Amino acid sequence: MTSIIKKSPEEQHRQKAFGWAARDASGVLSPFKFSRRATGDEDVTFKVLYCGICHSDLHNIKNEWGSSTYPLVPGHEIVGIVTEVGSKVQKFKVGDRVGVGCLVGACHSCDSCSQHLENYCPKMVLTYKSIDYDGNTTYGGYSDIMVVNEHYAIHFPENLPLDAGAPLLCAGITVYSPLKYYGLDKPGLHIGVVGLGGLGHVAVKFAKAFGVKVTVISTSPAKMSEAIQHLGADAFLVSRDPEQLQGAMGTMDGIIDTVSAFHPLMPLIGLLKSDGKLVMVGAPEKPLELAVFPLLAGRKTVAGSMIGGLKETQEMIDFAGKHNITADVEVIPMDYVNTAMERLVKADVRYRFVIDIANTLRAD
Amino acid sequence: MAKTPEEHPVKAFGWAARDSSGVLSPFRFSRRENGDDDVTVKILYCGVCHSDLHAVKNEWGLTNYPIVPGHEIVGIVTKVGKQVQKFKVDDKVGVGVLVGSCKSCESCQQDLENYCPQMVFTYNSIDHDGTKTYGGYSDVIVIHQHFVLRFPDNLPSDAGAPLLCAGITVYSPMKYYGMTEPGKHLGVAGLGGLGHVAVKFGKAFGLKVTVISGSPSKEVEAINRLGADSFLVTSDPTKMKAAIGTMDFIIDTISAVHPLLPLLSLLKLNGRLVTVGLPDKPLELPIFPLVLGRRLIGGSDFGGIKETQEMLDFCAKNNITADIELIKIDEINTAMERLAKSDVRYRFVIDVGNSLSHP
Repeated sequence: MTSIIKKSPEEQHRQKAFGWAARDASGVLSPFKFSRRATGDEDVTFKVLYCGICHSDLHNIKNEWGSSTYPLVPGHEIVGIVTEVGSKVQKFKVGDRVGVGCLVGACHSCDSCSQHLENYCPKMVLTYKSIDYDGNTTYGGYSDIMVVNEHYAIHFPENLPLDAGAPLLCAGITVYSPLKYYGLDKPGLHIGVVGLGGLGHVAVKFAKAFGVKVTVISTSPAKMSEAIQHLGADAFLVSRDPEQLQGAMGTMDGIIDTVSAFHPLMPLIGLLKSDGKLVMVGAPEKPLELAVFPLLAGRKTVAGSMIGGLKETQEMIDFAGKHNITADVEVIPMDYVNTAMERLVKADVRYRFVIDIANTLRAD
Repeated sequence: MAKTPEEHPVKAFGWAARDSSGVLSPFRFSRRENGDDDVTVKILYCGVCHSDLHAVKNEWGLTNYPIVPGHEIVGIVTKVGKQVQKFKVDDKVGVGVLVGSCKSCESCQQDLENYCPQMVFTYNSIDHDGTKTYGGYSDVIVIHQHFVLRFPDNLPSDAGAPLLCAGITVYSPMKYYGMTEPGKHLGVAGLGGLGHVAVKFGKAFGLKVTVISGSPSKEVEAINRLGADSFLVTSDPTKMKAAIGTMDFIIDTISAVHPLLPLLSLLKLNGRLVTVGLPDKPLELPIFPLVLGRRLIGGSDFGGIKETQEMLDFCAKNNITADIELIKIDEINTAMERLAKSDVRYRFVIDVGNSLSHP
């Protein structure tokens, strides 16, 4: 058995990088110097222009899932321009517009990987907070450059604005994948979208592009006029109003539930038609109560989905390009990020913050 | 002997529970006159379903006493109405969980009477004429021809009776949720009336079948007699850990409250857990396993008439029946006590024809 001596980052041939990191579970981000690997034969290196702020970034900087290691550079909705490609890279050239989402590695030999489902690979490497196959910690897109294997780089269509398109790399694929997989993309169907935040608002846009009727289900009556006038939803239900819920019972073919806070499932199951599907893309930590009778009485299902594989992410971006779908974003400078996180806790954003990395991230 | 509020012309006799003690005793009542679309059936056998037990004790809070349970009925036709084409006197027939539906809603139009919002259950329901329905722990039943099943000649009437609820209850979701691809791996949680039939169907579909059970004593039978490929005891943490992520689907037949996380963990990516048992309290559903492995949990409620007939014909072709313990009607209360403790391999069937006699 050979022993592997891991080289420290300083000993490896590396390129300088700069970003903002959280140092502890307070979640406060501050400037951070680090390094990335040198551009390998199969790597694409790019200058980061924008990075979306995903709610997962917030969970992770505060170690809410218990798996964070510090310092932690978040960000997995990353877009930029290619500056260097390795000798074996076929799909990208310098100057291309490129994006990177939640994954930067997988085993490429398991069942999931062979079905283009790298997002379900037991050995997948996340864009940040993971250990890469070279033994180094991965750092995300709140930084100036990214180096990634070309398999994990996404072509960004010319007509999609980079800032408003960045959130598609996580929020977009997270709702696109289950809409397709669970058959909720057929014209004429009726779906509900629970929660009108980063994921929810993109779900409304994709569903409308599929020709599906959309009802937004939200606890905030204040979001109604935007949901209908601006996002194009067909209807709006206030989930805390029992009369409104009652009136909509048994009317939906499917529901995409983006809410990760603890909330009751049974009223949502009641909204489904027979054979309806409730798809969870937010993941509440604690179990939810499931009364079995209503599930049986309509042959209904509760299912889950998590981001998407690389092939499907490219398909989703191409679809968004074709239908001019982007996120609704608030572009912020890097040094606003801590305030943005505080506002995100209160869902005070319509509907995704995006950091203007290129123009505001400065190494001191 | 209680007089029923509705007086129908056809005298009937059965056993009913009068209160939530669930104790059954002789009960005189009546059935409607055989209408133009009706079939009258002399009942020979009736299976004892776990739902009967839940119902006689009012565990779901829906029981309207007195209640005559029984919805796994096999008998002989004694009369047919003028409009009845499919059946004639002396035909062997079955009646399952339903005796009526609206016939016009989307579900009914797709032959899914079992999801009709106005379906009429074989017992403890209100029929279209406003009167209460009584089930198969009785000597005769009058039903609309649409809800009568043709009982295959080569299937024994006693061992075939449980197919009318237990059989269709597992057959329908196995088809709907795609559990019929040969070579795939099915877990069957709970080895009772439903579970043992699911094992038999699973093997007939060409699946690898693992029984998942809390009772180690059931292993030998599961493998040697029912044909299961393996047996997983839920209280053995080492074996449960080794089985993580190995199953394509699970049919969960457990009718008591039980944890879902251990079962969901057994599923592969895209795995499906289908629950067909009816615990009287809600279960706790952890969401992370669904999201992390794109898994689902679904429900299914017995089956429509067309599919029930398809299931019976499938059983006739593959010689599938339930494993039963035949009892006399006056043993029903003891049987219910044993059923509460799962002390039966695997369904009681009442020999109505030979033991239920008019006083």
